Amino acid sequence: MIKVLKPGLQTTVQDNGRNGYYALGMPPSGAMDKFSFLAANLLVGNDENAAVLEATYLGPELEFQTDAVIAIAGGEFPPKVNGQCVPLWTTLAIREGDVLSFDFVKQGARVYIAVAGGIEVPVKMGSRSTYTLCGIGGFEGRALQKGDVLAIGERTGPSPVEGTAVPVYLRMKFSKSNEIRVVMGLCSYRLTEEARRKFLSIDWTVTPDANRVGYRFKGEPLDFVPRKQPFGAGSDPSNVTDLGYPIGSIQVPSGIEPIALLHDAVTGGGYVTIATIISTDLNKMGQIKSNETVRFVEVTLDEAIEARKELNAKLDEIKQIIS
Amino acid sequence: MAEQKTSSTRYELGGDEFIFVELSESMNLEAMFKGMAITNGLAEEKLDGIMDICPGNASYMIRLNPEVIHPQEVIEKLKKLEASTTDYENIAIESRVIDVPVLFEDPWTHEALMRFRKNHQDPDSTDLEYCARINGFDSKQDLIRSIVDYPFLVSMVGFVPGLPFTFQLTSQEKQIEVPKYVTPRTFTPERAFGFGGAFAVIYPVQGAGGYQLFGTAAAPILDVQQQLPDFKESMVFPRQGDILRYRDVDRDEYDSIRQEVEAGTFRYKTEELSFTPGEVMSDPQAFAEKVMRRLYHD
Repeated sequence: MIKVLKPGLQTTVQDNGRNGYYALGMPPSGAMDKFSFLAANLLVGNDENAAVLEATYLGPELEFQTDAVIAIAGGEFPPKVNGQCVPLWTTLAIREGDVLSFDFVKQGARVYIAVAGGIEVPVKMGSRSTYTLCGIGGFEGRALQKGDVLAIGERTGPSPVEGTAVPVYLRMKFSKSNEIRVVMGLCSYRLTEEARRKFLSIDWTVTPDANRVGYRFKGEPLDFVPRKQPFGAGSDPSNVTDLGYPIGSIQVPSGIEPIALLHDAVTGGGYVTIATIISTDLNKMGQIKSNETVRFVEVTLDEAIEARKELNAKLDEIKQIIS
Repeated sequence: MAEQKTSSTRYELGGDEFIFVELSESMNLEAMFKGMAITNGLAEEKLDGIMDICPGNASYMIRLNPEVIHPQEVIEKLKKLEASTTDYENIAIESRVIDVPVLFEDPWTHEALMRFRKNHQDPDSTDLEYCARINGFDSKQDLIRSIVDYPFLVSMVGFVPGLPFTFQLTSQEKQIEVPKYVTPRTFTPERAFGFGGAFAVIYPVQGAGGYQLFGTAAAPILDVQQQLPDFKESMVFPRQGDILRYRDVDRDEYDSIRQEVEAGTFRYKTEELSFTPGEVMSDPQAFAEKVMRRLYHD
């Protein structure tokens, strides 16, 4: 068992996501940075879909009431065991009574804490991921609170030896200014040529309104091609007849402050969507903080699929090194 | 062929995992039923790598795993399906007709809409008063009457789990159309009955929202714990193709329904109905009258 001494800012149980229910309006949830999530699970010998803890901006303080093997990967949240610094991206042995805590975040936005055996919570619609809006999955459908006690699941195999690490060149990299690759499309025909150019050329600043549902950006207004609004859409030029929103899609309500939807996305609505972040770069997006900047870079579908292959190759390399 | 309208359909990529298909920029029953037929056709093919099939109002969306199936391959498949979907007007839809009790001008949405007056087009009136005026009604009572007179078809489920987008079965001249809030609210009460564009919705859970607020539904449409009998198979009640009749109830009836919900005994008054899109599109008003008879008299 793991006792929560301090919950951090927003710490939830997440796995690979609740896939297959989008048509009901149910987003997948799941780890925002799947790369770090997978690396953490691999470092403790877990199944790739095992549930972990995802902490945002401020790490939790956890007391282990049993011996355990853990790994922490993702943002640079310096971890400590009983006050002593321990490394990130590394297999760690924990003794009964040890307390895991974190220093203030240096880089990145989210850190993943994997425990050999996984965090044991009930499976809801095929997943252990927390979806807080409806109180589904995870630990009682909510973020962790002080005093919660988490169970650890049965191990499915042996863990790598203590000290096994993901080499530095394979770890997530962070920056205050970022390039995020997008495929233009959806309803981008609504943008004027100038707005389209502007969208792809200015630095967008992440506002404080940035969470698992989506990130809102500040930059410059984007203009739409004038038209008589179609029946059913609503009168604002940014309104469309309500439609589905892909995960990673970027919408521009009223032409100001674009919003990128992430893993707890609203699945549809009536604002014009203009581009979609490629699946590979959702990991990076989940590690960007408020006040950092993003430049959206247009890529083709082939380039997006190539990026996916490169990411999988990187994960295969980590598997090779760890096993 | 004059009938062929494939040229107006737009096939768009949503990154490497999504395909978005817009059948029409405006809302109409033809686009909705056609999308329904195409997405049903795709579901029947049970292709490996298709993760989600999400029918929408006048569009639809597919989520896929590009490691298993290439998005371009799926687009080609969808174009073929569209071309072969010629007699969707005659496909039988197994639907349910459902009585949905709503308390209009309730205290909870009233409190919420007053709190967000500065987000609204007309801060000096209520949402009902404003929407009645811009749709040419003499009073808000007339607007309410026009909502409850004809039933609504569930054209899409989404935004949050279980939220039904519903489109009124009447001629376009009689349909109500309203703008969304200028700036969305950060708070909407659970079960709020809202209107935006040409769609009436019920918000399943408390949260953000931009639709005009007219009332509160007495019974839930999402039951995460699956305690009510209507939710045994799915925590989400509405399905695309269902027909909802919003019925105005008074506070006493609202309260007694709430008690049934709390006691776990509430069931929606529901009748099965099989219909074809052709039947609806040729005369929506006559079809609506048939629905009302089926629900309350047959």
